[in-house]
Amino acid sequence: MKENIVIIGGGIAGMEAAKQLLVLGYNPIIIEQQDHLGGHVSQWHKLFPDMTSSHELLDGLSNQIKDANVFLETKVNSINALGDSYNVILNNGVNIVAKAVLVASGFHLFDAAKKEEYGYGVYDRVITNADLEAWFNKRADARIPEHPKAVGFVHCVGSRDLKAGNSQCSKVCCTTAIKQAIEIKEIFPETEVYCFYMDLRLFGKKYEDFYINAQRDFGVHFIRGRVSEVGETIDNRVQVKAEDTLTGKPLKVTLDLLVLMSGMVCNPRTNELAEMIGLNIDDDGFLKSKDNVYTIMESNRPGIFYAGACTGTKTVPETVAEARAAVLSIHHYLTQA
Amino acid sequence: MMDFGFSLSKSSTINLDTVDTTLYKKLCDMEPDARICMSCGSCSASCTAASFSGMSLRKVILALQRDQDVRPMLSNCMLSGKCTMVCPRAINTRHLILTLYRIYDR
Repeated sequence: MKENIVIIGGGIAGMEAAKQLLVLGYNPIIIEQQDHLGGHVSQWHKLFPDMTSSHELLDGLSNQIKDANVFLETKVNSINALGDSYNVILNNGVNIVAKAVLVASGFHLFDAAKKEEYGYGVYDRVITNADLEAWFNKRADARIPEHPKAVGFVHCVGSRDLKAGNSQCSKVCCTTAIKQAIEIKEIFPETEVYCFYMDLRLFGKKYEDFYINAQRDFGVHFIRGRVSEVGETIDNRVQVKAEDTLTGKPLKVTLDLLVLMSGMVCNPRTNELAEMIGLNIDDDGFLKSKDNVYTIMESNRPGIFYAGACTGTKTVPETVAEARAAVLSIHHYLTQA
Repeated sequence: MMDFGFSLSKSSTINLDTVDTTLYKKLCDMEPDARICMSCGSCSASCTAASFSGMSLRKVILALQRDQDVRPMLSNCMLSGKCTMVCPRAINTRHLILTLYRIYDR
């Protein structure tokens, strides 16, 4: 009989892990809260830096994991150690015993309404990065005007913000803002686009080229300064105030659309799960790996492994690579035991 | 007007709604590389004239986008071309300055 491996979370990490586990001859069982696989990636339109279609990526992956067991709209009720195995009880009454559990429960998008000064949920013309991706997918959102004259992006919303409870950089927002700014310019070439940033963190392959591209070929304006407040004008637009730190002067601009780059925060459900079985939680709220250099995929408990953004903010390629690494760690763990 | 013993100072706020970027756009048409400046300050740090006159090409490029008069600063340039040697984005800064002179001459 094939060995059961429980995968908690059916996002890109859980799907990639299931695919690799099938190749190695295991029986992966994905437990997913939503009614579909794909997690956050399924809500996105295109992925940086190659403008990869997230739907094509997920469709390809779905085809490769047809033999995996998938429980949708299902939650883990409890998880207990049982000898050298774990007994995972689901809320649909199913009981799974597995020697290895992979936690791939991902992250939550920061709730932009918590930054009250930006007016998300208050002003019609303020949306989030996720709202904009949904619009790229469906082209239906009453908040997005037909011919915007000016559009702004606010980097680091909920990230690098101790007051919001998150000291971490979300890593993906700078590049996502540049990607979305380019997409806006492609749809509305006459629109002025402003990115308000503290630092531009473009660490990955091709990210810096993406930035140069946005500046040179699309004329996106980059303003170094954190937006301090947003207010509504009488004609239903939004006025943004920031310091233009490179000239040392206050700056204001009126926009037809303001996009808040909500960052990644820990998934509170993951923390409930961690408490059930005694997994260490780091001070940023994400799961604590054995270390942050060499064994990111390993937990403080034998048989429990991590992949993707449950341990911290990650890009898609990082998440996929980690899922593969975690599968190999599981394989070594089971074959050496 | 009655003298109350005080005066109002002009707001220093940059208002991007009303800023006139004609000159900056003209520069970008003639020198597209002006757009890729990332304000690192290498040009100003290596500038022969900077320590005596406050010349800073980084500030010039930014000031043009904010519609501020850059001629006083620009007039201090000695065209040494040191900035061109250090620009990490490989902008031909000396050429860019000469282009600006040409724009202002018209």
